[in-house]
Amino acid sequence: MVEKTLTVKNRAGIHTRPAAIIAKTAAKFKSKIFFEKGTMKINAKSIMGVITLGSPYQDILKMTCIGPDEEKQAEAMEKLFENRFQEE
Amino acid sequence: MNSLTVLQLLRLDGNLSDSLHLTCIAGKKGLSRQITASKLSRPGLPLSGYFKDFSEQSIQVFGRGEQTYLQDLVKVGKVDSIDKILSYNFPCCIFSGGGTPPPHFLEVAENYECPILQSQLISSDLSRLLYQILDEEFAPTVTIHGVLVEVFGMGVLLTGESGVGKSETALELLDRGHRLISDDTVKIRNINDTFLVGGGENKQLSHHMEIRGLGIINIPDLYGISSIRERKEIQFWAHLEDWDQNKNYERISEEKSESILGIKIPKVIIPVKPGRNIPIIIETAARCRRLEQLGYQGAKHLDSQLMDFLETKL
Repeated sequence: MVEKTLTVKNRAGIHTRPAAIIAKTAAKFKSKIFFEKGTMKINAKSIMGVITLGSPYQDILKMTCIGPDEEKQAEAMEKLFENRFQEE
Repeated sequence: MNSLTVLQLLRLDGNLSDSLHLTCIAGKKGLSRQITASKLSRPGLPLSGYFKDFSEQSIQVFGRGEQTYLQDLVKVGKVDSIDKILSYNFPCCIFSGGGTPPPHFLEVAENYECPILQSQLISSDLSRLLYQILDEEFAPTVTIHGVLVEVFGMGVLLTGESGVGKSETALELLDRGHRLISDDTVKIRNINDTFLVGGGENKQLSHHMEIRGLGIINIPDLYGISSIRERKEIQFWAHLEDWDQNKNYERISEEKSESILGIKIPKVIIPVKPGRNIPIIIETAARCRRLEQLGYQGAKHLDSQLMDFLETKL
C-alpha cells in the first residue's frame, strides 16, 4: 500500500477535463486507487467520483494505492498533479 | 469526528421542508461555535443555581417554563446564575415558541459571544426535530463505490467492480421509470442503529452519470425531475460480478445478508454475462423482496406445495 498527499496546483481546480485525465491515468494500472478528502473516500478510476470531490485550487487530497503496481500508479498520479494536469 | 457549527445549523434550516424556523437574535460573533454532540439540555436546574453535572457540550433549549423562570429571576434581580450559565462554552441557546429573553440576558450573551437563537416551534416539536437533524449529522458514515437506485419504492444498492455495468444497469432502470439517488459514490449513514440511508456525496454535483462511450450525462435533464431522489433508505443490496464458471450461484433463493455499518442488508450476487438482462433481474429481485416483507417466500411456498404433492403419492 502506498499513501501520498496530493495538492491541486492548477488554478481552475479539478474540473471535468482534469477529472477525466485522472481517471484515465488511474485506470492504466491494475492497483486500486482512492482519494480521500474529509469524510469522502472515492475511487479515482471513476470520473464521477473524482468530480464529486469538488476540489478547488490548492486543495489537499490523500491518495492510497493498493495492488501489484501501486508504486508506479502513485508515481504517475503524483507527476500528473505536479504537471497541473497538462494545463496552464 | 463529525462536527457542525451553529451557523451551519442555521443554514441547514433553509434547506429543510420540516424547518426549525431559527433566527439568531444575539451573540452573532459566536456562530462559529462547534456542535460536537447530538444532545440537548433544558437548563432549569443551572438557572436555579445548581451546576453539578451541567452538560456544557449540549445545545440549551429554553422552553416556556425556563423562559418564565428567567423573567422572574431578572425581575427580582437574581442574575448571578444567568451570568454563570452564559460563561460556559456550550454551542448555543435556543428559545422555543418564539419567546424572547429579557434584555439583560441578551446583553450578557453578547458579552460572552454566545449565540442566542429563537425558534417559532414549541419546545417538544423543536427537540424532536433537532434530535432528528443532529442524529443524522452525527451518524456513522461510510462512502461506497456503487449506485443507489429506487426500484418499485425499494432502495437498491448496486455494487461491483469498475466496468461491470452498474451505471448501464441503472440507466436501463431509469428508462423503466425507476429513480436514481446517486451514481458512483454513495454516502451511507447509519441512523440510530436501525436503518441505513444513502445519498450523494455532494448535493450540487450529484445526479450525473458517466456512461462509457457517451461521457457525462445529466439525469434530471434527460429523464425529468421525477427520475431522481436525494436520499433513500437502503433495503436491498445487489452485487454484480463477472460470471465465474467455477462458482456456484444461488439457485433456490436462500436468504443471505451482509452488514454495512453494523446493519444487516439482504444481499444477492448477480452474475453478469453478455445477453443477461440485469435490470429485469434487479426489478424481479425488488418485487420478491417486497413479497418477502409481507411474509411470502416463493421458494418456500413451492417447497411446501411439493411436499404436499409427495404426500399424496404415497
